[in-house]
Amino acid sequence: MSLHLPSFFPLRAGRVHEVCGAASTGFAAIAAAVAGARALWVQEAWLVDMLIPEGMMPFIEPANLLLARTQNQIDTLAVAEEALKDGSLPVVVLEVTRPLYLREGRRLQLAARAGQTTGLCIIPEGMGSNATETRWRAGPVYDPARDDSTLMRWEIIKNKSGTTGGLHVFWNAQTHRLHVVPPVGERPGSAQRPE
Amino acid sequence: MWFPRLASDRVLRRDPSEAPFVIAARAGSTELIHCLNTAAERAGLHRGMRMADARSFCPDLISRPADPRRDARFQRSLRRWAERFCPWVGVEDTDGLVLDITGSAHLWGGEAAMLTDMRTRLERAHLSVRLAAASTRGAAWALAHFGGIEEALFALPVAALRLAPETVTALQRLGLGSIGELATSPRAPLARRFGPDLLLRLDQALGAQPEPVTPEVEPPQFSVRLSLPEPIGLEADVMAATERLLSSLCAKLAAQEMGARQLCLTLRRVDQASQQVELRLAAPMREPARILPLFQRGVSEVDAGFGIDQIRLEATQVEHSPVQQMGNQANRPEQLADLITRIGTRIGLENIQRFLPADSHIPERSFLIAPAAFSEPQSGFHAARPRPIRLFTPEPILAAGPTPPERFRWRRMDLTTERATGPERIAPEWWLPDEAWRRGLRDYWKIDTCEGRRLWLFYTPQNPGWFVQGEFA
Repeated sequence: MSLHLPSFFPLRAGRVHEVCGAASTGFAAIAAAVAGARALWVQEAWLVDMLIPEGMMPFIEPANLLLARTQNQIDTLAVAEEALKDGSLPVVVLEVTRPLYLREGRRLQLAARAGQTTGLCIIPEGMGSNATETRWRAGPVYDPARDDSTLMRWEIIKNKSGTTGGLHVFWNAQTHRLHVVPPVGERPGSAQRPE
Repeated sequence: MWFPRLASDRVLRRDPSEAPFVIAARAGSTELIHCLNTAAERAGLHRGMRMADARSFCPDLISRPADPRRDARFQRSLRRWAERFCPWVGVEDTDGLVLDITGSAHLWGGEAAMLTDMRTRLERAHLSVRLAAASTRGAAWALAHFGGIEEALFALPVAALRLAPETVTALQRLGLGSIGELATSPRAPLARRFGPDLLLRLDQALGAQPEPVTPEVEPPQFSVRLSLPEPIGLEADVMAATERLLSSLCAKLAAQEMGARQLCLTLRRVDQASQQVELRLAAPMREPARILPLFQRGVSEVDAGFGIDQIRLEATQVEHSPVQQMGNQANRPEQLADLITRIGTRIGLENIQRFLPADSHIPERSFLIAPAAFSEPQSGFHAARPRPIRLFTPEPILAAGPTPPERFRWRRMDLTTERATGPERIAPEWWLPDEAWRRGLRDYWKIDTCEGRRLWLFYTPQNPGWFVQGEFA
């Protein structure tokens, strides 16, 4: 089932969203780029995965990105809550490593509403909180057409105020825009789906 | 005011002892006595004596190494103290103070009463001092060092004129032993022989030449304190007291065009225990309204015990922060700085970081991570080829040969190579030893897998092996 993307993306401001899957970093970078280009990225210090500013460049200017390295998840949540409430950075991305309780998710929602900012939790599969506005699963997709493609499949797997569904998108680094790719059966020149 | 035993008195004030005590200073390869107490003098030691000789004279001698910087600091603090007597206080040599008491002596009941007051106060502080009041600075110096009364100045030896030791020796050889003899001898031959300095000193002592006292400029002190008549314990009360201190501290900072970078709030409790709240700011600041809420978290953690009766606020680190034009409201750098400070009080100010570009081909070193509070954002990142968005420590995979493997297993996933872009050869920076680059050259490939994941693999031709190091968006 395909989605009408503009009604879900850019992510609704004043709310906290969640994303999981292999392309969640790319999703977060695109979400930050679309929602205001300045972001705080909260990460636990022991995580060995590094963000690479050159890799961020197609999406978001690395100079506009602040990193916060925390000791544990409690600190991560506290920092994210503080930043969401403050509102001086339009996007706060936080990487969580253990399941979020409903209370924690709810507090983040209240903080985001107070600051009118967008929060995005990068969660491991199945560790989200029920308080989230939307939950996405993002995975990379092989694109035979281009070798620098960022083709991904985004699925909404939970939505508080709308439908769920999935679609293929890619990010155009030149125009700084997100493009929706029609599903395979509906592309021009492709064989029609059997009736 | 001459403190003949400044260095030894300073140490003995801290741990008093009646035994012979000396301060030893190194001069070349020998140790000489720099300063000594009366007990040591009674044992037959004198200033400038070798320490080896001194120890043989007096086996139970206690000695400490000289610390000229601490002595100078002690002298400066004495100078500050001496401002209670008159506003014009200068430093003389390394062991004296000079006070211009013109116009202040009557406040203490005359010169004699003033000197008595000084002497009692310094004796109470266990400092040996020799005081003299005279109509000129030179005469006061002479009387403090050599004793006597001002009318008998001519009887003092020429050394009392603050002359170099070799001049004194030469004058004595000429038979000019006292100031009186010097003053009555013809001036022109003396000036020709010893230069203008000798006669200048003589004239200064006799009052023919003025010699002003230069009071030192006090370096600005960015600390304020508040003593309370009754102990307080409520958080709101402490915050109100802090607010009062902050407004006066910030006024001081504003007068000097400085901004606080680090603040320390010391709360002293009734039982003499004190607690400190440290605040490190993300930008130099001097607005009380902005700093006060940042203290909230630290103050709320303080245990007030039976109450707090003294509060001290000090800007332990200040930076120059010139007055600036107000910006437009849209980009609010100060709001972001406040946020960084607030987060920094929880996770440490160094842990809020930003990327800065660096000049290196090595992917891990092509950028720097710097604390956001101590760096400015810089653009200028560039990548000749696409770079992954995430980098991890290289994870080995099973594959052979210099061409990318068709199938490989990574993180318990079976992946099939659909397209390989590369290679991009990156050589290690041999001038920087790096354990991770021990395997030598790397040929980087971007691998698009059939399953969708876009990985950054590298092959090490000098030491064959395949590794996964990053993932593209």
